Order: sequence, then structure tokens, then C-alpha cells
Amino acid sequence: MSALRTSRPARCGQYLALLAYLVFLALPFLWLVSTAFKPAPELASLHPTWIPKDPTLDNFRQAFDEQPLLRAAGNSLVAAVAAAVIAVAVATPLAYVTARHRGRLASAATGWVVISQAFPFVLVIIPLFLILKNLHLVNSVSGLVLVYVVWSLPFALWMLTGYVRAVPAELEEAAAVDGAGRLRTLVSVTAPLLVPGIVATALFAFVTAWNEFFFALVLLKTPEKQTLPVVLTHFLGAEGVADLGPLAAAAFLATLPSLVVFGLLQRRITGGMLAGAVKS
Amino acid sequence: MRRRILALTAAFALLATGCTAGDDAPEDGVVRLRFQSLAWQKESVDANRQLVSEWNATHPDVQIDYVQGSWDSVHDQLLTSFEGGEAPDIIHDASDDLADFAYGGDLADLRTLLPARLRADIPARSWETTTFGEGIYGVPFLQEPRVLIANRKILEASGVRLPTPEEPWTWSEFRQIAQDLTRTLGSGRYAVAWPLKEPVSVSLNLGLSAGGQLFHREADGRVTVRFTEADAVVPGTIHEQVVTDRTAPRTTLGSGGSDTLPGFFAGRYAMVPLGFAYRQQIAQQAPEGFEWTVLPAPAGDAGLTQGVSPQTLSIAEDSPYKKEAAAFLDFFLRPENMVRLARGDWMLPTGTAALADPSLHTARDGWATGAAVAERLRPAPAQSVRGYPEWKDKVATPAFQEYYSGAIDGAELRRRLVTDGNRVLARYQRK
Repeated sequence: MSALRTSRPARCGQYLALLAYLVFLALPFLWLVSTAFKPAPELASLHPTWIPKDPTLDNFRQAFDEQPLLRAAGNSLVAAVAAAVIAVAVATPLAYVTARHRGRLASAATGWVVISQAFPFVLVIIPLFLILKNLHLVNSVSGLVLVYVVWSLPFALWMLTGYVRAVPAELEEAAAVDGAGRLRTLVSVTAPLLVPGIVATALFAFVTAWNEFFFALVLLKTPEKQTLPVVLTHFLGAEGVADLGPLAAAAFLATLPSLVVFGLLQRRITGGMLAGAVKS
Repeated sequence: MRRRILALTAAFALLATGCTAGDDAPEDGVVRLRFQSLAWQKESVDANRQLVSEWNATHPDVQIDYVQGSWDSVHDQLLTSFEGGEAPDIIHDASDDLADFAYGGDLADLRTLLPARLRADIPARSWETTTFGEGIYGVPFLQEPRVLIANRKILEASGVRLPTPEEPWTWSEFRQIAQDLTRTLGSGRYAVAWPLKEPVSVSLNLGLSAGGQLFHREADGRVTVRFTEADAVVPGTIHEQVVTDRTAPRTTLGSGGSDTLPGFFAGRYAMVPLGFAYRQQIAQQAPEGFEWTVLPAPAGDAGLTQGVSPQTLSIAEDSPYKKEAAAFLDFFLRPENMVRLARGDWMLPTGTAALADPSLHTARDGWATGAAVAERLRPAPAQSVRGYPEWKDKVATPAFQEYYSGAIDGAELRRRLVTDGNRVLARYQRK
């Protein structure tokens, strides 16, 4: 235990480093919020301020006037929630099998999972497009959900496998000794312990799908189906010219669902992250 | 590289999945065409939507579905759509993005589809930007020259001669005036700010004014890079302004045009070379009382000549309704409509009749200056050079960036553009 103790200056240094890192992470978001509320002259000021001198909601008004943000957010929400639910539903039993029955197949599956994360989007998009076209799933949110599930499944599987391994097998053995059947053990013993991991994994799948741009851009053909990241690019012109105020306002709104979900599930996620941190 | 990966995967995917034939006949007798537009500014989107509505109201048998696309990733999106047989019928893009699609057979040859009126209305120099091989694969309809946007008060107070399209500054005069201006402005302020986040197109397009060409097509059709004295004029001027004269700040070299506007509004820079359409941002964002003016870019031996890559409208080769799509283009690009589109985008129409519209010749917001240089706009030098994107990304962009910042000299710039550049182009021209 003594090895974990640190001196007060060292601890202060750690806290300072942590604080600096948090500030570093928060700066872009704070700047986005600040920009969203600035009127055009302040956006073009040579001496930008963190807090708008003359805050305005004009950027939000303009953003909603010019683009169907609510419809796009609705599409994004449907795609992200569906992708998260399906990914977790598929990955959980697979993760259990991979974690509990170690063997060549499980190792090969894990290896494939790792490799699949290295595939660039651009490599898979055309075959994927053609397959979805033959299935009549181009320009449908269902097709997009399918892609998101397939895309997030390897990482979800990888995450969940770690969480399953963190649940001591001895607990399941004890339940079996007490007379619980396989299904009862899974439902009453293992599943509750996996909840934090499942929530964290679902959140990962949700955020991945919520933020995804390129698949949505390529697969969704009509304005009614477009998701929020695609609609956000409508505030951008050629060579990176941007309608900065409305773009910031819309981008700020686009980050809110992720923040809300994180906020609501924070405790469960933290629990999930800590699960398995200590070896039994 | 990205394009090659896409092309290869496309080929494999097509082999693996096979192609399915679409059903061409409309079920309800109404032809529906998908028009993907990249218009993004409110006025421009409004103009596009209104024109589509007007067409739809008068053509119940041919309805246009307006889809707003995005300049971001448009090439990859279109490539995927073409390979998947799901491309929009009518495609908005820029002429310098069309070569791959034209040579790849994705776009329809418009020569027999377009009406004589439209063919005659747009000058041959503009058609050159969308001509690949024998065919014409897009209608060039909007273009923008690069101009000098200037702080009127600073320039008038300095007493320098203000250039006009009839009497523009020469590049050497521009350099001298920048020196004089910087001296009077005082410390921390500069005559000019060069936003050169994408230095290649600026250098090549403005380079035409001095007679620079860089890309030379040989008798056998091959293109080689040669860097002559004329090619060195514009890059040399920028280099000297940043490195030697200090009349242009080094800090803006990595910036986009929008990034320089706060400094411009604050009087830190007297002039900023920008695309003509940037006037909209300036009109919207300039602080109250800020007076700005539009000056023609400096001229060289070739006068005000500049390279441009116009915005274009094309028809997908796979579209079963090419005639209907061409009829829509004819309507969409009527002179009065082209004027509406040009005003919405703060750009210049390519059409001769539209360009003659009085509203595009007012002094207000610098329209007249742009209109006056319109006839000197030529296809961008690299317009149809295969391998240009790779040459630009791997060779020219880093070379120009290093040259402008003073990290390498003119000889090294020349070596890289020519020796390294020709090596890249040769790979695309092997027979």
C-alpha cells in the first residue's frame, strides 16, 4: 500500500496536470459555446473574447431558418439509438462466449476485431454501398443503422469481452452449486454485474453513430433522411469557407444529446470503467 | 492515393456483387430527377430552390428533387454514387473536379444534349474548362476571379494610385506600393496579407497574368512541368513580400481567407487577395463604418489574365432522362436565372447575356471590377492534367509553403516542382 502514497507536492502536481488536461479538453467546447452566442461583428473581431459582449440568439435563429436541424436531429437520434441497442444486443452474448470459452476461435476473433478497426472508411464504402443497394437499403435509416452496427460491433465486442472477464467465473460456479440453471445464472448473476459495461458500450456505439458523417453522406440521398453531421456541413462552402455563427450554434446543439446522455449515465459508466480494474 | 484506393475497391466490389439494372420507366408517368446542388449560402440556396420551384410548377411531367450536397467530400461521395449506380441525375461541382469522372465515363457528353442558345451564350474559354478529350462534361455557369479587397480609407490616405481594370498595378508596382504602404502604416501593420492555406491554386491561377503556364502539353499529348521566368513572377513577388520586404505577415500564410478578415477589419492589413465571393462575408461582417473596395489583382505581361475553375452542372451518364435533365439546365441557366444564381453566390456568371446585366456592373460591392476582368478568365492551368491532385498534394503544396515562408529558395522550389513533379505526372502518362 505504501507504494501508492505520494508526497503532497507530487499530489499537487498531479492535480495540476489533471486540471490542465481538463481545461485543454474543455477549451474547444467552451469556444464553440462562446462563438454560438456572438454577433457577426464580434465573430470578426481581431481581439476575440471568451464571453460575448453582446450575446445574441441570432445564430440559432439563422441556423434553424436555413437548415432542417430538428428533422436531422431526429434522424440522427433514431439511427444512433437503434445502432446502440442492436450493437449491444448482438455483442453481449458474443462477448460472453469469447470471454468464457477461450480457445483458438476466440483468439482469432479478437485478432480480427483488432484488425478490423484499422480499416479506413474509404476502403469499405463502395462494396458496402453496392451490397446495401442490392438489399434496397440505400437511402434508408435502416441501412445506415445496419452499417453503424457492423462498424461498431467489433469494438463493442472487444469492450464487453473485457467486462465479462472482469466478472469472476467463481460467482457463476457458486450459483450453479446453489442449483441455479445456466439461464438463471446469466440473468440473475452475470447480467446485473455487466450493466455498467453494457451501458458504457451502448454509449460508445451511440456517440459513434451520432457523430458519423461519411457513411451518412454517401448512403442517404434525400434531404428528408439526412442526419445532423451531414446537415452541419451545409454551413460550409468551398475551400473551408464557413458561415461561422450558425455553424457554431448548430454544432453546439448537436453536442447536447451526447452531453445529456453522458450526464445521465455518468455514474454507471464510471462504475463500468472501474469494473475489472482490480484483479480478483 | 485515396482516389486509387476507391477506384480499386470499386472494381473489386463490382466484380463481387455484379450490377443490377434499374427500372427506367416512371410508375406514375412523372419523370423525377435528382439535382444535387452545392449551393450553401442562404441567398444562393434560396435562388436555387426558387428556380426549382418555378420549373416544377410549369413542368408537371418532369419534377426536380432538390438535394443540398456539401463541398466537403463531394468527390468521394460522387465517386461512390457513380460506382453504385445511384448518382444524382444533375450534378453541381467544380470544373477541376470533373476530369476523373469525365474520363471514367460517369458523366454524359453534353454536346448533343444542350441547346444551341446555351452553347453560344457561354464563351469558348469557359467551355474549355469542362472539355475533356472530345466531349463536354459540364456547363460552366459561375466563376470567380481573385481580387484585392482593400481598406479604402488606408489606401486613399496613403495617396497611392488606385488601380482599375483598365490600368491595373503591375506586379513590380504592387510590390513597391506595398513597401510604401507598410512604411506609412507603422509597426505591426502590413500592406497585404496573403492567406495561402492552399497555395497551389493561388500561385498557378494568378501566375497566368505574368504569362506563367507551368504545365505544357507536348505534341504527343503528354504534359510536363516547366518553370520559366514568367512562372516565377507571382511566387517570387509573394516570397519577397513575406521574406525580404516584410510587407506581408508570415502568420497568415497558413490561413484561409476567412481567417484574415478580423485583421483586415482591424486595419492590420490594408489589402487581402481573396476570391470574388468573399465580398459577401465582408459585407456581412465588416464593422459599422468600415469602408472597403475591390481592386483588380496585379497584372503582368499577360494583363489581367487569371485561371479559374468554374462551378459546373453535369448530367450523370447513367441517368435515363438526359434530355429532360438538359431541358432543366437550359431553363436553370437562362440569362435572367444565371444572374439570380450569380448574385446569390456573389460570383460572376459565365454566360455573356447574364454578364451584361446592369446589376452586375454597379460600383457597389465591387461588382463592376469583377465584371470587368471576367473576359480575362481562363481555364486553370492544371484543369485537365491527370495526376494533378497528387502533384499538388505531394509536391507543390509543401514546396510552395516552404518557399513562401522562406525555408527554401527559388532554385529549390523550381527543382521540386519540375523534377519531383514530372516524376509524379509520368506515372499517370505511361502508355
